[in-house]
Amino acid sequence: MTTPNPRPFVLTLEGVNKSFDGFKAISDLNFYMDEGELRTIIGPNGAGKSTMMDIITGRTRPDTGKVEFGRDTDLTTLNVPEINRLGIGRKFQTPSVYIHHTVFENLLLSLKGPRGVFVTLFARTTSEERDRIEAVLKTVGLTARAEDLAGSLSHGQKQWLEIGMLLAQDPKLLLVDEPAAGMTDEETHKTGELLLSLEGKHSIIVIEHDMTFVRQIARKVTVLHQGHVLCEGTVDEVQNDERVKEVYLGRKKKH
Amino acid sequence: MPRKASNLELWVVLAVALAVIIVLPCLNAFTPDGSWLHVSNFTITIYGKYLCYAMLAISVDLLWGYTGLLSLGQALFFSLGGYMMGMYLMRMIGDLGQYHQPIPDFLVFLGWSTLPAFWKPFACFPFAMLMAVLLPGTLAGVFGYLAFRSRIRGVYFSILTQALTYAACLLFFRNSLLLGGNTGFTDFKFILGHDLREPATQRALFVSSAIALLLVYLLCKWLTQTKFGRIQRAIRDSENRVMFSGYSTANFKLFIFILAAIIASLAGVLYVPQVGIINPSEMATDKSLETVVWVAVGGRGTLVGPIIGAFAVNAMKSWATRAYPDLWLIFLGTMFVLVTIFMPKGIIGLPAQLRALLKKYRRGKPNGQPAPVVSGEEILPAKSK
Repeated sequence: MTTPNPRPFVLTLEGVNKSFDGFKAISDLNFYMDEGELRTIIGPNGAGKSTMMDIITGRTRPDTGKVEFGRDTDLTTLNVPEINRLGIGRKFQTPSVYIHHTVFENLLLSLKGPRGVFVTLFARTTSEERDRIEAVLKTVGLTARAEDLAGSLSHGQKQWLEIGMLLAQDPKLLLVDEPAAGMTDEETHKTGELLLSLEGKHSIIVIEHDMTFVRQIARKVTVLHQGHVLCEGTVDEVQNDERVKEVYLGRKKKH
Repeated sequence: MPRKASNLELWVVLAVALAVIIVLPCLNAFTPDGSWLHVSNFTITIYGKYLCYAMLAISVDLLWGYTGLLSLGQALFFSLGGYMMGMYLMRMIGDLGQYHQPIPDFLVFLGWSTLPAFWKPFACFPFAMLMAVLLPGTLAGVFGYLAFRSRIRGVYFSILTQALTYAACLLFFRNSLLLGGNTGFTDFKFILGHDLREPATQRALFVSSAIALLLVYLLCKWLTQTKFGRIQRAIRDSENRVMFSGYSTANFKLFIFILAAIIASLAGVLYVPQVGIINPSEMATDKSLETVVWVAVGGRGTLVGPIIGAFAVNAMKSWATRAYPDLWLIFLGTMFVLVTIFMPKGIIGLPAQLRALLKKYRRGKPNGQPAPVVSGEEILPAKSK
């Protein structure tokens, strides 16, 4: 007889710790996220952003702490593909698409559906799948490039394709690691609009360094520092926070 | 465009296969010795051997070219198939051996007077064939399961496969394994009641090898065009993305590793009666490495490439080992280096490479656009007002 959680968090991290060879990458991290939220995480290099993503997606196991998806799915016991199949998609910082497949095929392999070896031997592309792929292509603006090899896309287009690959799976939670890195200003703006259009349909965590971009998309911003949450709030609140300034400018720190 | 090209490839392969399966054996059987059309028994045996090598090469390419798993141990599975066939052929010698005993000569030599129990069922051809599938398949299954589960990748995987082959090679050298020690099996007499020294038997083995190669080609052709095949290549290009798309890549790699082992074993089964000998030197590390060179020379990531490579390199080997016997390995090594640097897509990719080169010279300027400039990341976020 446990009392149900009054707030339906889509993601809960509580008291999470993780050390690598004595280096504390994540220390007593508490992080809560509402369903449908678009959350931006910023933090200096080495703040633990990527380790946090690794812990959520099952690439790294935390030493201690609770990592839960939805009401009661414990993520610490599952592996990478299992966690993905629950509906958690992750986009890497450097675009990782299948360069020798067409854009269409990239999305086809990402569509939601059975993932077993023998199923894929006899799978046929249905018209529903085609429709779904068309819709995703439209969302990420790559309809005209559907039959081109993904390797021939520009850097920005590869990033959108990868976001499209996550969307093809219709995930509940999207983790997007520095989507604007290496993009032109125009591409960055387009990426921002794309993410904003997904708000509400999916819960989204965006890790970003580029403050113009953060300003464009940010609702609630979480600042990570030395493996735990330094502060949370709107962009203005965060930017005017003395601790944040100290961490980023790093001059007033006393040792 | 790629789909059309792939259809063209299929028709060419079918036409060549038809010629190999029907025309060559007929020229061997029905034309008189000395006629310019005549194909000698020697040629039939040599090409029969190459057909088996081509099958082995496809199994390497299925792993290396299509899945990104460079296995340096395919000769092990090839040899295991060969040994299973060899055991059957040894039983078929009966008491026609040197010692005129009902058991193989090497066992007599080791002081045995009755057949060890595990040798008994190998007089049955279907049993030997079943073992030729089960034994390499199981070994690949166990080894692959442990390796892929532990996320052993890249060069570490290659080294492990090579170590496995070397260990097996040392094991098979031991007389106490009762598989012929360093001499292995030879002096075969009969297969399925037919005399192996008869040209007709060799012809039949040649045709069987050609048909087996065609079937393996068609199976792989189909496999690489399924969704499975696409995932296979996706694993090669970005395994992380595949894992983070919910596929257990270990299972996919395991499936392909077992399949490749069985194909290699089948090649070994057909190889042994044609060359008349199987011994542990077939498992030596250089055999596996040579196979990788065939694939690289022919063109990896294609199915015709390994076949062309196996024929081309082995034809060259036949010539070079006669003309310059001491220089063959240097030859082979140089070829591998040159192909890797200058012909990354092998013989099969040469036309496209030449076309691109021609285009480049016609235009009079280097081909290819400058790489997109990646701007430095904005690391400092706060421009506090």
